[in-house]
Parts: sequence; C-alpha cells; structure tokens
Amino acid sequence: MTILVIAEHNNDRVRTSTRNTIAAAKDIADKTGADIHVLVAGKDCAGAATGASQIEHVAKVLRADAPHYEHGLAENISNLVVANADAYSYIMAPGSTFGRNIMPRIAALLDVQQVSDILSVEGEKTFTRPIYGGQAIATVESTDEKTILTVRTTGFDAVAAEGGSAPVEDIDSQDDAKLSTFVSLEESKSERPELSSANIVVSGGRGVGSKDDFKLIEDLADKLGAAVGASRVAVDSGYVPNDYQVGQTGKVVAPNLYMAVGISGAIQHLAGMKDSKVIVAINKDEEAPIFQIADYGLVADLFDAVPELIEKL
Amino acid sequence: MKILVPVKRAIDYKVKVHVKSDNSGVELSNVKMSMNPFDEIAVEEATKLKEAGKATEIVAVSIGPDKAQETIRTAMAIGADRGILVKTDAPTDLGGVEPLAVAKALKAIVEKEQPDLVIMGKQSIDDDSNQTGQMLAALLGWGQATFASKVDLEDGKAVVTREIDGGLETISVSTPAIITTDLRLNEPRYASLPNIMKAKKKPLEEMNPEDVGVEFSPRVKILSVKEPAKREAGVMVESVDELIDKLKNEAKVI
Ligand SMILES: Cc1cc2nc3c(=O)[nH]c(=O)nc-3n(C[C@H](O)[C@H](O)[C@H](O)COP(=O)(O)OP(=O)(O)OC[C@H]3O[C@@H](n4cnc5c(N)ncnc54)[C@H](O)[C@@H]3O)c2cc1C
Ligand SMILES: Nc1ncnc2c1ncn2[C@@H]1O[C@H](COP(=O)(O)O)[C@@H](O)[C@H]1O
Repeated sequence: MTILVIAEHNNDRVRTSTRNTIAAAKDIADKTGADIHVLVAGKDCAGAATGASQIEHVAKVLRADAPHYEHGLAENISNLVVANADAYSYIMAPGSTFGRNIMPRIAALLDVQQVSDILSVEGEKTFTRPIYGGQAIATVESTDEKTILTVRTTGFDAVAAEGGSAPVEDIDSQDDAKLSTFVSLEESKSERPELSSANIVVSGGRGVGSKDDFKLIEDLADKLGAAVGASRVAVDSGYVPNDYQVGQTGKVVAPNLYMAVGISGAIQHLAGMKDSKVIVAINKDEEAPIFQIADYGLVADLFDAVPELIEKL
Repeated sequence: MKILVPVKRAIDYKVKVHVKSDNSGVELSNVKMSMNPFDEIAVEEATKLKEAGKATEIVAVSIGPDKAQETIRTAMAIGADRGILVKTDAPTDLGGVEPLAVAKALKAIVEKEQPDLVIMGKQSIDDDSNQTGQMLAALLGWGQATFASKVDLEDGKAVVTREIDGGLETISVSTPAIITTDLRLNEPRYASLPNIMKAKKKPLEEMNPEDVGVEFSPRVKILSVKEPAKREAGVMVESVDELIDKLKNEAKVI
C-alpha cells in the first residue's frame, strides 16, 4: 500500500504545506503500514526534488520535469497524476489554493469522491473535517477504493525538512493538455514571515479605516516579527492584497498569537483563526463578537492602543 | 453565447449553525436559506456579460430539493433567462448531494444545453468542499479557471485573474471552460421588485435523477457531526500595559 503526496513547491524549494501534508500521510502510514512517495512536477525542479528527498518519512520522490509543469496548471498536473495513479491507494495534497485547484480534477478523473480539508486521521479511511466554516466538525469515512484527500495544514505539525534520504526517480511527463496557459503572476512580496505558518499574526479589519492607516498594523507586526493578516472587508476596501485574507474562504491560520485589530469577529473570519493558541482582540465596541473567543480583550480605540503598543513593546 | 450557472440552495451566511443533539447533522428547521453567496457572484457575472452584449442566454441549474426552485427564481431575478431543477430528496443539512454526483449531473445538462461557458461558485458555504467546478471540468475534458477575481472574454478564450495563496495569477483558458468565482469578482446586485415579479414567469424545467442518469447515493459516509472544541472564556484587560504584561508573563507568547 502506498501514499502519493503531491508536493507544492516553487521549483527550487518545497513549501512548508508539503511537510504538513506528509505529516497527515504519516498518520495514515502508522495505521496502514503504507510507504510515502512524493511527486514533484515542475520545470527545472531538481532543487525541489532534492529538498523533498530529504524530508523525513519519505520513501521515494518522483520527479516530472517539463516546461508545461512550471506553473502547476490543473489540467497538466492532473493528467500526470492520473497516469501514475495505479500504484497508489491514497493521493494527497495540501488544502492550499494549489491543492484545491488540482485535486478535485484528479478525483473526478479517477471517479473518486474527494474528502477536502482533513483535520485529523481517525482510521484507515476515516477523517475529521470542518463544515459550515468550522462551526461543526464531521467525522467521515471514504468508501471509494482510492482515497483522495486535501489536508488542512493547521491540523498537522510539519514533519522535519531534514533526516530523509529518499531516492529521486525521474518519471515520464505527459503531453501538454493545451487547455490553459500561464500569463502572469502578481506576487505579493514581503519580508515578513509567511501568513499560513507564522508564529504571530497581526490582522486588521474595517476599523483600521484606510490603506494609509493600515501601516499601523504593519508597524505592530514588524515590532513583533509577525505576519500581517486582514478581514475580508480590509481586503475588499483595498487596504491590503487579497492573499492577506484570513477566514472561511481565505487563509486558515493557527499561530501562537493572533491579534485581531478593528475586526468584529464574523463567523467567516473566525473560521480562519479560531484555532490560534492565544487570541487578542482590540476593538472599540465592547459588544463585538470577537471578544467571545478572545483570550485577552481590550476595549479601546485602535488609534490610541496600537501606537502605545508599538512604543511599549 | 450561452452561459450555464449552477446555483445551490444553502444556509444563509449570517446564520449561526447548531449541531443536532444526536450528532447526526446540523439543525436546519426554521433556518434561513439563501443562494450560496459565491453562486450569486456567478449569476451576477453572467448577467454583466449579457448586459455587455457578450452573452445571449443564461441558464441557472440546481440539484436539490423542491425548495431549490426559490434559488433558481432568485437567479432569474438577477438575470438568468430560464432554469433547470434536478430534484433529489438527499438530506440537505450536510451539504446535499456530493460534489462528484453534482458534477456528473451537470455534465449531462451541459451535454444537452451545449453552453459556451459555465460560471459557478468556488465553494459551497455548507459543505465547504471546493470541488464541483474542477470535477465538472475534468469530466467534460474542459479547461478550468478557479477562484476568479477578473474575467475577460476574448475570441475562443477567457483570460482570468485568479486569487491564489501567493498573490494574483492570470491564466488564459480555451473556451468552452469552467470558471469558478471568488469574492472580489463583482458585487451582486439586489434584485428589484419588478425583476422578482418577472422571474416568476420565466421557464423552469424540472428533471429527475434518472433524466440525468446519475446515481446520487453518497460515497463518503458521515459518521457523526460535533461542535468544535469550545474556547475557554478569556479576560478583558484595562490597559495596554496590562495586555503586554499578560502576553509576556501569563501567556508567554511574546
Ligand atoms: C461567502 C462569504 C465569505 C466570506 N469570507 C470571509 C473570510 O474568509 N474572511 C473574512 O474576514 N470575512 C469573510 N466574509 C465577510 C464577513 O462576513 C464579514 O463581513 C467580515 O469579516 C467583516 O470584516 P471586519 O470585521 O473587518 O468589519 P466589520 O464587521 O465592519 O467590523 C469592524 C470592527 O472594527 C471596529 N472598529 C471600528 N473603528 C475602530 C477603532 N477606531 N478602534 C477599534 N475598533 C474599531 C468596530 O467596532 C467593528 O467591530 C465572508 C462573507 C461571505 C458572504
Ligand atoms: N447541488 C448543487 N446544485 C447546483 N450547483 C451546485 C450544487 N452543489 C455545488 N454546486 C456548485 O458548485 C460550487 C462549488 O460547490 P462545492 O464543491 O460543494 O464547494 C457551488 O458554488 C455551486 O456553484
């Protein structure tokens, strides 16, 4: 029995989400005795393949190197995975936008009902997953012969990046499906830690009021070495780029410390941060729902409290 | 150009969900139901394309209970010209029919209707699967552009900007294709009263699962549904100094 994990990477390096996914695969391996293989499909992706081979618990790395795998287009990656699927009982990927885009396509081609966003492994084919924006947790059992999963990365601590020494095997690429082509990427570059895996996240909402004032949130984040997040309204209003959104339909984070500033605490926002270890809320409305889940609440005008925090930290 | 828009009847996004005491599902009796918000965005986008003279007909499709007629009427009040309901009695409190079965039903309808484009939501806010569009694209052998925040139609292709984890990616996909909507694609309009009245007269065709040749029995068994772990009640602090002290000395997170 073998598990295939589809690596998320940038051709040079494997992303942390891949190691969270391998952690989930390891939980399945512990119950089934399965081996874990990792697929690295990309262009000039030797760096990522070498990185994958060093991750602990990995038994083998499959590398497919071709120009049309450079940007992870769903049509091409899914054809590649399906062509190699016979050997695998489980196929898994991170529940990031990369995994969400490709996995259902693979599942449908293999006639499997995918299980999205697993939080834990309860049995060989039994998993928990959040529904209704995390307002309920379902325990589900897959009855298909193959099991296809995406993994909620905050549910699994990443396995170590070092310690493995798996062989890398080159596999044939499939033809370019030519259904879609990459045009451009407007990457949001930041010196700050990555939002999904940061230790501390400082998020701002509508209360911050403007793009200029959002600098306050950024300054506080920098003081704490934190990543910056935002509510949907802050993104919609153009204070920050789209990939800062935390929530049911944005990123899910579970840092040691999450600070929500000028955020009311809508169900959809809570869905993305309520598993944080410590939650701080700063809001001028003492009735704001965010206070119901905050470990420490401060009723204050953020334009007073945040500068004071920055000064005193 | 004809556009197909799948729309799902789901819990209203403002409703707080309660798990049933026997852990079999969630409480939906007397709960407000609406069109899945991402599907509203899809209907709006199709309507805009029609208003811009790029689309000629919009067909809204739902797979669900009798009541999903209301959802189709809502789509018509925004701008859909006609509707198709595939009726099932699958329980709706856990998200209704599974994505793979929905995709198979939609495939049958696409083959009959021959649309040039399918625009649908990226995710249902009940089952949070985020699967159906990608599955439909796979079954049809079409290209897919998921999580769209901008769509430009050109000759034989759609240029789509996608909201991804690292920023904004633009791809070009040959049409016919599947596009799934993200929050910032547009802001759905409120249907006007005259349009709600007009929607009542638009044609709505009903079908049975046999008509689309799909077996709707679930592949993933739901064993139980529980409330998420509750957080301990926290404390209110009086000042920034107290907050810093707590974070340093009590929580030890900074
Ligand atoms: C389909 C769908 C998906 C969604 N997905 C997401 C998602 O993924 N993430 C997300 O965040 N939202 C999401 N939303 C939106 C969500 O429902 C809320 O609208 C949003 O989270 C509210 O953002 P906010 O808290 O910044 O704004 P508001 O709710 O307007 O809250 C602003 C808060 O700031 C406080 N405030 C104002 N001024 C000050 C000040 N000077 N000092 C201190 N406090 C102040 C106010 O008291 C208020 O509590 C989604 C909605 C839908 C329909
Ligand atoms: N029962 C259904 N009827 C019509 N459309 C649906 C149905 N289920 C899902 N969809 C469509 O598929 C999208 C993604 O749903 P899901 O894969 O369940 O997250 C939704 O936003 C709808 O556009």
